[in-house]
Amino acid sequence: MTETLLNGVTQTLDAALKMAIELLPKILGMLIIIAIGWVIAIVVRLVVRRLLSLVKFNALCDNLGATQIAAKASLPPPIDLLSALVFWVTWAAFLMLGISTLGFVVLQEQIAEFFRYVPQIFIAVVILFIGLLFANFTARAVLLGMVNANVPSARLLSNAVRVFLVMLTVAMALEQIALAKTVVLIAFSIAFGAVMLGLAIAFGLGGRDVARRLLERQFTEDAKTEKDEISHL
Amino acid sequence: MAEDTILSDDLLSELIAVGEVDILVGVPTYNHCKTAGQVVRAVQVGFLKYFPRARTVLINPDGGSTDGTVDVVRNTTVSDYRTLMTSQPLRTLHRITTPYSGGPGRDHALRTIFAAADLLRAKACAVVSAELQSVTPEWIEGLIRPVYKEQFDLVTPLYHRHKFDGLLINNVVYPMVRAVYGSGVKEPLGKEFGVSGRLAKALLEGLGAGQPLRSGIDLRLTTSAIRDGYLLCQTFLGPKIHAPNYAEADLTIVLPRVIGTLFECMGTDEAFWFSRSVPAPLPTFGFQYDLSLEPVRVNRDRMLQVFRNGVREFASILSPILSPATLEAIQRLIDVSDADLRFPDELWVKTIYEFAASYHHGVIHRDHLLQALVPLYLGRTSSFVAENLGTDSMEFEQRLEGLCLEYERLKPYLIERWKPTT
Repeated sequence: MTETLLNGVTQTLDAALKMAIELLPKILGMLIIIAIGWVIAIVVRLVVRRLLSLVKFNALCDNLGATQIAAKASLPPPIDLLSALVFWVTWAAFLMLGISTLGFVVLQEQIAEFFRYVPQIFIAVVILFIGLLFANFTARAVLLGMVNANVPSARLLSNAVRVFLVMLTVAMALEQIALAKTVVLIAFSIAFGAVMLGLAIAFGLGGRDVARRLLERQFTEDAKTEKDEISHL
Repeated sequence: MAEDTILSDDLLSELIAVGEVDILVGVPTYNHCKTAGQVVRAVQVGFLKYFPRARTVLINPDGGSTDGTVDVVRNTTVSDYRTLMTSQPLRTLHRITTPYSGGPGRDHALRTIFAAADLLRAKACAVVSAELQSVTPEWIEGLIRPVYKEQFDLVTPLYHRHKFDGLLINNVVYPMVRAVYGSGVKEPLGKEFGVSGRLAKALLEGLGAGQPLRSGIDLRLTTSAIRDGYLLCQTFLGPKIHAPNYAEADLTIVLPRVIGTLFECMGTDEAFWFSRSVPAPLPTFGFQYDLSLEPVRVNRDRMLQVFRNGVREFASILSPILSPATLEAIQRLIDVSDADLRFPDELWVKTIYEFAASYHHGVIHRDHLLQALVPLYLGRTSSFVAENLGTDSMEFEQRLEGLCLEYERLKPYLIERWKPTT
């Protein structure tokens, strides 16, 4: 009985030891791959940074207001964000590759899934980035145009445009990574519909007089006579 | 040659039929049927009265008028020589009307005129707007004679204007061109001007057919002539009166176009103007006289409303453009009452110079930067109007001179901000 027990324990220990001995080089290989990946990720980050500097990405972001958005959100400048993203994606790829050398079937499936997902995440991030830039740019253009045309509530209109575009961008990015696709679509439709309905009711009922005054001022002859006669050129 | 691609075959054959000329006058048109006839008559009487022995041609590039302008130009004739105090023509009064491609843009029209002047080897060339009611034969003499007889290369106009007419020119363009380019051209973007044959040729090359067309051609023309060392002068033309249906484009379109062009020219010509010193006075031709012009209505309330709103709402947009001291000084103005609000010359000049430097460095999108200047300009304009309400023409000229000197005094500040920071 005791002998059987000892045999069992010995066999188990032997098997464990055998497995450990077999696994050790794999772990070592994994660590080496991860370390090499880390070095490659750093190099890729440097190259990307350099390329972005060459194409004057910083100036472009300044122009489009992306730097200001990032600063407002206490984030590093967009060039740092983008190069950091490239670093983490590259290193994560090597991390997964390293783990796959261990040969665990379940892990390998997850890793394959991850690699299938990476391009979509990348596209989603790009959509989000471009969308936020566009939202900021358009909101600023609306603010400038409205204030210069002496339209009341210019800030409100500008913010409304920004919120709408950010919502649209986030919905597009989430759809890209196929995260709760239906929920996102429905949520967006409901939110957008609600905003439009709210505006229609607010303007049509609450702001009826304001709307009339605005239209009168825009199209009647009286309004035209209020204009300056000075010439700027 | 550039004109090969600019001039159509029909135009080319008409020009060849005319042969070499001494004087060419261009009258670009686009739906100007009400005034075009009068302008054409003024040009032809100008030819007869002041240049009877010269070989002349009138070129009318039309941008696709649909109101019969082309017929008006073709059918306008001068027959009452005696009452107009002119002699019978010694030479044929050539007149060519031609459509030009590319839409009703002034750049296209000028390109056609310069190409024709180059082909016909014109010694002097002038351009006159068809939208004015006040063009007289004397304008043709004023624009042509300094080139034809005095060897000048560019004749810029001097108009008799109401003191609140041309506010953007008086507050920015004229003093800035004077301080930066070192040339006291009072109307750097006048649509009426005279050019020598050699300058027309050089401008044509500058506006080559393969190059993209850009706005603000009149200002580019003046700055490039100054930069390239051509001989400039001014000629007094009298009042500039537009047709009743004329409407200037909205300020939000005009200001970015004009100021953007000026800033762009400064960027192109920085090597020239960095070392340019105090301007020498320009020779001025013509008999200048004082004239009372009808008062104009100015809505200061609206200007100040846009100014205050703009300064409040654009704080985050203005902060990368302006220095903290300038921005703070402007922000202090919005709390001042309407009656007391004054935008001092020094603050205004610093504002413009900081905008120019920020435009050059591209700190924000350039269209947005120029749009952000609109409320500040309205604040300054309102102050300028209030300050000059009771001034006569002499006092007004003195104040304008003071502003120009402020631009000149602060030029080192512009250069300091213009140069890249290390």
